[in-house]
Amino acid sequence: MPSEKSSPQKSSPVVQNKTAKKSHGGWWFLFIVIALYFLIGFFNTDFISASLKHFHALVISITPILALVFIIIWLLNLSQGMQDKLAQLADKNSGIKGWLVAVLGGILSHGPVYAWYPLLQKLENQGARPALIASFLYARSIKIPYLPLMVHYFGMSYTVLVTIYIAIFSVLHGWLVEKIIHNYPGTGRPD
Amino acid sequence: MSNLPKSLMNKFKAANTKTLKSFWQLLPVLLGVLLLASMMVEIIPALISHGILGKGILQDTILANIIGSASTGQPIVSYVLAGELQKAGIALLPVTVFIISWVTVGIISLPAEAVTLGWRFAIIRNLLAFIMALFLGWITVVSLNAF
Repeated sequence: MPSEKSSPQKSSPVVQNKTAKKSHGGWWFLFIVIALYFLIGFFNTDFISASLKHFHALVISITPILALVFIIIWLLNLSQGMQDKLAQLADKNSGIKGWLVAVLGGILSHGPVYAWYPLLQKLENQGARPALIASFLYARSIKIPYLPLMVHYFGMSYTVLVTIYIAIFSVLHGWLVEKIIHNYPGTGRPD
Repeated sequence: MSNLPKSLMNKFKAANTKTLKSFWQLLPVLLGVLLLASMMVEIIPALISHGILGKGILQDTILANIIGSASTGQPIVSYVLAGELQKAGIALLPVTVFIISWVTVGIISLPAEAVTLGWRFAIIRNLLAFIMALFLGWITVVSLNAF
């Protein structure tokens, strides 16, 4: 997203060029997927019509979440103070508070992960640690509303154990992701 | 006093533009990912029912990890599928790995993650999550057997 990457520390022409390419990449990606649908549809119409039904259901389920995320980002864009506060909760000096926000935020977040990417990108551009973003994404595998179904299939001790382990592993995962990113710096973000 | 509403209006305008721009950038990737995800929802159950799983614990675990990683959708679907897999005689280790990789690894959502958070971050995060799903599954089963 060019507007967000043109922050003072990332406003070099190289970064802007890369971003411009990325935005085109998104449209190319969509074009390729649509072409794939047409290609498969030529041989198997039933499969494509069933997939499109799922697509319709997915779009309906994701829209309210996207609306929520849109409002959160809009509020963040509106208030620089609020942006700084959230970024502070996830920056290098956030300490244990940052980890707690990441893990609890991941557990409590709803809806498909795609809906959360813009907000995470926003926080990343504000200086949020990659470790905390990775932890947030990992902790999302704990879905409190669906736990009763897991208990039904696998029992209470299994559910409790898996839930606790995922929460612990989300911290370990975030820490490892950041460690690797910092130990093997590449050309992409975050550097 | 008269400047206050104008400055607020400008702030609103700037916030609108910034937010809409962000979503416009994400839109094609999001639509593409949703279209791919819709295909995967159709493909995965067919793979399972065709007996690709059920050929030994090691093979099952690795396959479950790959299938879980390539799958997408609500985790509730993975619980139901995993529950049915276990009923069909698949061991707890591949079943657990399947549930974990379903949400922690996102091959389908990788392009969207990469566009927003960077390719390096997305690839490292997903690779690590793939490996950790195996370890987490193993530690869960070992702990359950120990208690």
